[in-house]
Amino acid sequence: MTQIVDRRLNGKNKSAVNRQKFLRRFRKQIKKSIENVIAERSVTDLDKGEKVSIPQKDTSEPFFHHGQGGHRDMVHPGNKEFHQGDTIPRPQSGAQGNGSEASDSGEGEDDFIFELSREEFLQFFFEDLELPNLVKTKLSTITETKKVRAGHTSEGIPSNINVVRSLTGAMGRRIALRSPYKKELQKIDAELNDLLKRHNESDQIIIDLRDRIKHLKNKIRRIPFIDSFDLRYDNRINQPIPTTQAVMFCIMDVSGSMGREEKDIAKRFFMLLYLFLTRTYEKIHIVFISHHTVASEVDEETFFYSRETGGTVVSSALKLMASIIQDRYSSNDWNIYAAQASDGDNWHNDSKICINLLNKNIMPYMQYYSYIEITPDQHQNLWEEYTRIQTNWDNFAMKKIEKISDIYPVFRKLFEKHDV
Amino acid sequence: MQNSIKNNMPISQTSEWTFDLIEKYHVEIERIASNFGLSTYPVQLEIISAEQMMDAYSSVGMPVGYSHWTFGKEFVNTEKNYKRGQMGLAYEIVINSDPCIAYLMEENSLPMQALVIAHAAYGHNSFFKNNYLFTTWTSADSIIDYLLFAKNYIAKCESRYGEEAVENILDSCHALKNFGVDRYKRPPKLSLQEEKNRQQERSDYLQSQVNELWRTIPDKEQNNENSTPARYPSEPQENILYFIEKHAPLLEPWQREIVRIVRKISQYFYPQRQTQVMNEGWATFWHYTILNQLYDEGLCTDGFMMEFLQSHTNVVAQPGFDSPHYSGINPYALGFNMMTDIRRICEKPTNEDREWLPDIAGSDWNETMHFAMRNFKDESFIGQYLSPKLMRDFKLFAITDDDRNRKIEVSAIHDNSGYQNVRSTLSEQYNLGSNEPNIQVYNVDAKGDRSLTLRHTQYLRRPLDKSAYEVIKHVARLWGFDVKLESIDEKEKIIKTFECSPPKY
Repeated sequence: MTQIVDRRLNGKNKSAVNRQKFLRRFRKQIKKSIENVIAERSVTDLDKGEKVSIPQKDTSEPFFHHGQGGHRDMVHPGNKEFHQGDTIPRPQSGAQGNGSEASDSGEGEDDFIFELSREEFLQFFFEDLELPNLVKTKLSTITETKKVRAGHTSEGIPSNINVVRSLTGAMGRRIALRSPYKKELQKIDAELNDLLKRHNESDQIIIDLRDRIKHLKNKIRRIPFIDSFDLRYDNRINQPIPTTQAVMFCIMDVSGSMGREEKDIAKRFFMLLYLFLTRTYEKIHIVFISHHTVASEVDEETFFYSRETGGTVVSSALKLMASIIQDRYSSNDWNIYAAQASDGDNWHNDSKICINLLNKNIMPYMQYYSYIEITPDQHQNLWEEYTRIQTNWDNFAMKKIEKISDIYPVFRKLFEKHDV
Repeated sequence: MQNSIKNNMPISQTSEWTFDLIEKYHVEIERIASNFGLSTYPVQLEIISAEQMMDAYSSVGMPVGYSHWTFGKEFVNTEKNYKRGQMGLAYEIVINSDPCIAYLMEENSLPMQALVIAHAAYGHNSFFKNNYLFTTWTSADSIIDYLLFAKNYIAKCESRYGEEAVENILDSCHALKNFGVDRYKRPPKLSLQEEKNRQQERSDYLQSQVNELWRTIPDKEQNNENSTPARYPSEPQENILYFIEKHAPLLEPWQREIVRIVRKISQYFYPQRQTQVMNEGWATFWHYTILNQLYDEGLCTDGFMMEFLQSHTNVVAQPGFDSPHYSGINPYALGFNMMTDIRRICEKPTNEDREWLPDIAGSDWNETMHFAMRNFKDESFIGQYLSPKLMRDFKLFAITDDDRNRKIEVSAIHDNSGYQNVRSTLSEQYNLGSNEPNIQVYNVDAKGDRSLTLRHTQYLRRPLDKSAYEVIKHVARLWGFDVKLESIDEKEKIIKTFECSPPKY
């Protein structure tokens, strides 16, 4: 007797361990590939898996085998025109033989391409930023909850007593408990009326009936108006709330002094902020404002890849931002975040104007404002002025960044704030 | 067959499978198979999902296996191909074990399930049970136990010595796994319990043996002779992994055990590598024969047969050498056609067949095929049974590619003067012994720097691939001292040397 075993339910994901080992083994190559990917990805496009390609020769495992050369006899099928003794020019590298020989030119070997899941991708992304584990888990699961009503319970605290509900219940109970007595009472009443036509008040049978009526009325009277099990309490449970909407301002200096590398750092920072916001908000608008001496709202492509020349007037961007907030994102409905990246250069008279703008027109509406200065050099005058903002406003963070791994400290501040 | 009844009702009209229908088909297939005299291990059919099938594919078809990144790589690769639809997972995975486990994938239609049952659970199964290589070299009753032992042992090592250390050893062993087989000596049977019991003893004993080889206190006799020192080992050893397991001076006992595990598993697969054409040919022949018998008995519908034939035709297709789809000779095609051809030669021999294959022409086909299945491997099977008719059908031609000539020469084609040559060339093509470089352990410099010398004896002047250097690195890691690989030509002259020192930790 043979048996058919249904194995579909067990042993799923048996290769998960092997897959992890594979990813660990080729960490370096995968990270390199991911770096390229990030450069190509849009800021809003971070939260999904990715195709990764690593060079085939890195993943191959060596074994002893013959190389080209020497004497070889082979049989192939499908002869059409050859006769014994014919000669054929030798095909260029590798094409002859049974097809399994790798070409010796070393070029043109296919890359090994595979798909990373979203989790795996983020893991590699975070790894690069040197985020500690705590933040990683926070990033992947931030849910706010709200107490919502969820019907009624029979247990609770006095302050939650629902009066109407409790009394309705009590009334129902009273009616229900009274009804057998009432029915009997009616019956006896009818009987009494009937008997009174033929008997005197003093007859024993009438007295008995009167006693019975009195007894029943007593019983009815003794049914309590409200009892402890009538009490109903409002029930409230925690429900995760999709925090509604946020807008994220990305402000970047695109003047000549910001090179490709600086912009790349800025991009990582914006990405991280966006990623954080997607954990908390359902709907996120992103506004890209680039500025040199004048500011303009641009699309992402232009934002990261256009290059301008000339000086820098930061206040132009802040002005534009303030007016956009006024027009489109009145702060009652929107949670506003801003990230500003710059190399710190500013026209020196302008920094004072910036401070004013921030203090009056921007910071009061902000959930959080972060400023990163991407420069290996000394702080510039914008930094000095911004330091004053930082002392005035809790929700302002600033940090100097020299390399990608510096991005994290700014973020830690962001998360500390959310802890309280 | 005598109990074939016409006017049977087909077992099913649908192509959706159910457990009940699979069972019904299986009963019929089993009956037909045993009527044809197929002797098999008991069958265990297992329904698995596509993902599990990919799991199985990526761990070389074994139901349990130790974990290593290379299997992860295979899985990623298989998954990618499957998602792109480049690869149907329709075909079988069957395990050479007792009972014989055959996997049925849930996505398959009912005709495909029946095909897989006939192909894997009866075709391959009977081959595993009866072919001389399998009966001599593998132990179907204990392989699952052994794999389980290996998996647990390696997991234990990982937790005790760290994943990286274990991975390093495994990487190195994998690089040598084709050189971890005994070609002439039957290995002892595997069994979980004995393996566990012996493992401790063995590790203690081995360590003492290694010490023997590296004894530093000089013997008296050796001092007074100045003749050339005897080589160690005195005879070259072909099983490099075995030699390392027994003699590598610096390996820890657990590392030796891992070397042994890789070696044992490689040994288990060795017969499969030698019988691909026969094994697939045999299984394909029988699924074809059995399902046709089902149809003749009226047990399956025309639609069933159409679906089966379409799949069957794809499997046995052989593109020509100039086709973009050509990737060598398709073992299913060659094997199936040779098996069918043997039946033809037995039943309706032509004069040509009587001349070329006098022994089998006109004999009982089933008996002849069983004889062939039991007693041959690919190399000898082709040498013995490839008929001129089949060479014409396949339009086979042999070429000679010699790097001393500027051009490739067509040495023989499918004509009277060429049959013999084509047949022997094709047979040689399946000889693992000449396809793999001949590399043996040649010497250990026991009195000097303890370096290990391997010798590659060139065959037909074929050089080693450059990647040999990478492999030598792995050998050096296992050996722990310098390793040298010499290529020698027919005149025993050393023409190329690869050298490597072990990594410093």
